[in-house]
Amino acid sequence: MASQKFAGAVREAASVALVALLLAIPLVGFRLVDGLRGLTIDTRFDWVAWGVSAVFLGRLAIALSGTTRRLLPDLKSVGAALSNLPGGLSRFAGGAMLIGALLLPIVPFADRYVVEIAITVLIYVMLGWGLNIVVGLAGLLDLGYVAFYAVGAYSYALLSINFGWSFWLCLPVAGLLAAAFGVMLGFPVLRLRGDYLAIVTLGFGEMIRIILLNWKDFSGGPNGISSIPRPDFFGFPFARTAEEGQTTFHQLFGLEFSPMHRIVFLYYLILILAMLTNLFTLRMRRLPLGRAWEALREDEIACRALGINPTMIKLSAFALGAMFGGFAGAFFATRQGFISPESFSFIESAVILAIVVLGGMGSQIGVVIAAAFLILVPEFLRDFSQYRMVLFGMAMVLIMLWRPQGLVSHRSPSARLGGHA
Amino acid sequence: MSLLTVEHLTIRFGGLVAIDDVSFAADDRRITAIIGPNGAGKTTVFNCLTGFYKPDVGRMCVAADGQEWLLERMEGFRIARDAGIARTFQNIRLFPKMTVLENLLVAQHKALQRASLFSLAGLVGAKSFRLAEQAAIARARSWLERCSLVHVADDEAGSLPYGAQRRLEIARAMCTGPRILCLDEPAAGLNPAESVELAALVRSIRDYEKIAVLLIEHDMSVVMEISDQIIVLDHGRKIAQGTPDEIRANPDVIRAYLGTDEEAAVSR
Repeated sequence: MASQKFAGAVREAASVALVALLLAIPLVGFRLVDGLRGLTIDTRFDWVAWGVSAVFLGRLAIALSGTTRRLLPDLKSVGAALSNLPGGLSRFAGGAMLIGALLLPIVPFADRYVVEIAITVLIYVMLGWGLNIVVGLAGLLDLGYVAFYAVGAYSYALLSINFGWSFWLCLPVAGLLAAAFGVMLGFPVLRLRGDYLAIVTLGFGEMIRIILLNWKDFSGGPNGISSIPRPDFFGFPFARTAEEGQTTFHQLFGLEFSPMHRIVFLYYLILILAMLTNLFTLRMRRLPLGRAWEALREDEIACRALGINPTMIKLSAFALGAMFGGFAGAFFATRQGFISPESFSFIESAVILAIVVLGGMGSQIGVVIAAAFLILVPEFLRDFSQYRMVLFGMAMVLIMLWRPQGLVSHRSPSARLGGHA
Repeated sequence: MSLLTVEHLTIRFGGLVAIDDVSFAADDRRITAIIGPNGAGKTTVFNCLTGFYKPDVGRMCVAADGQEWLLERMEGFRIARDAGIARTFQNIRLFPKMTVLENLLVAQHKALQRASLFSLAGLVGAKSFRLAEQAAIARARSWLERCSLVHVADDEAGSLPYGAQRRLEIARAMCTGPRILCLDEPAAGLNPAESVELAALVRSIRDYEKIAVLLIEHDMSVVMEISDQIIVLDHGRKIAQGTPDEIRANPDVIRAYLGTDEEAAVSR
């Protein structure tokens, strides 16, 4: 009996080691060296041998102790406990997060680096919330969301540079233009669902990027657009010295000039924009349109049999989701001061979608957690430089094993009988 | 003129004539059952009425409140919204991840969407919208009471037992405020006690709501007990129409159900 178990374990370890060997030979075994005589190939079969034997022994140890089977259910029960947070507790967690976010620039360890990263996280939180309308609520798989982000960013950049419009004027215009593009994308894909929809939206995202890349007169092509105006504090610029007839922000409040002012202002700006997105979505969920989005995700045929026009529901989801992408894009442009098509590649769409899926489709708080995870983990792993993406990938695999339905899969009803939702 | 008039309805799928020149009429406050062997085209009739299929030939007309709607010219969701035809499905189609109450609120989309001024009034929390929402919840509650589902109102629809899901689908269809209710095998998969309960529910809908009920059903005890009029289809053709007693005595119907060989065997 014991020998049988041992033989089984050896067989299992051997097969895993074989897979490791097949992967390791091309990935680790050969290396291009830029030597004196041009490029030469160096072999590192000793590395392969060490790696494969480590995999063999590790797998053997796991198989003998039988922990794989025990480890996974443990993780699963933790996950279930996390996801079944009652509504009150998740609201409490949300409130705590919001207070933390409001206080962040004030706490002592928040230097420029911390606030800058927090801004990046918040941009992705906002994008995640925007995409959550389309994917999480309406159930329309959109792989080209970054296109609307790009439309918003270029709208602000071009309008402010060519016409001198202020950020506050451009922001709604950027949102409306993105929404219009959302409707434009929506019309041809109305009949599509699932995989087919994903492919068309993916194509749409690439089209926008390629147009921006090649239409040099309009968008500056691959050079992008630089020296985009920075936002001012409602007419008071963040500058060391005021221009003729202007008052700067620090003069207005009688402060010492500091470059942190603008960064903190940007931080609060994106925090407000993101919270607006969140409040809007939470509110929409309780309105007939929001309920129709969710109903459409659940069963389109039943929707039609109840007299709901699927066209309107889909287009509104695309348009409103796109609008928040456009807002985020305008913010991105004013924060960076420089945009180019490179910032709007497919990988961005994939990251935003990953945030929504990882967070748990339709969950607002899940998006926050997932955005923080996906942006912060690669940031913290900078010290491990070349192993960064490996560790990141491993973390993703673990989460998908642990919680395939996303981190927070709890759904709170939009109405309750005889009580408030 | 009847509430619903169907004339010369014909639909072909390739070479197969699924419905062949079927005509009938249905009135409000009456239950019209459509019966027939498997593959007779009963559900296809419903799919034509509710706009899922477009018939090749024929006219389907709903006449009410001094207006007429020609169903064959309308999009599916307009048939439900404007002509007022609500339906249930043979394989239940609820919104499983939404609660029972939410399912019923989605059904009242038309009224609520108008009250929320396409979300604008709803976003600012206008009083008119809040009142409309309360009215919608009250209406949902009254249907939950009639279908004895109040105690599960805040549960996920997908988590309900089968019989409750069937009743919920009927409640949801009724929440759209229909003129005509099409029930596609509502008693399928129910136990005898549940079937009796369902028959009572359908009858109370006929008695207290001013609507016409169209019913597809295989459970003959239910059909014979509650129908006012029965239409029998076989191979896409209407072979009989009449009251339950007339249908029970009709030789064509017996032949369609039992087949000629068996009939010969019985008569021998």
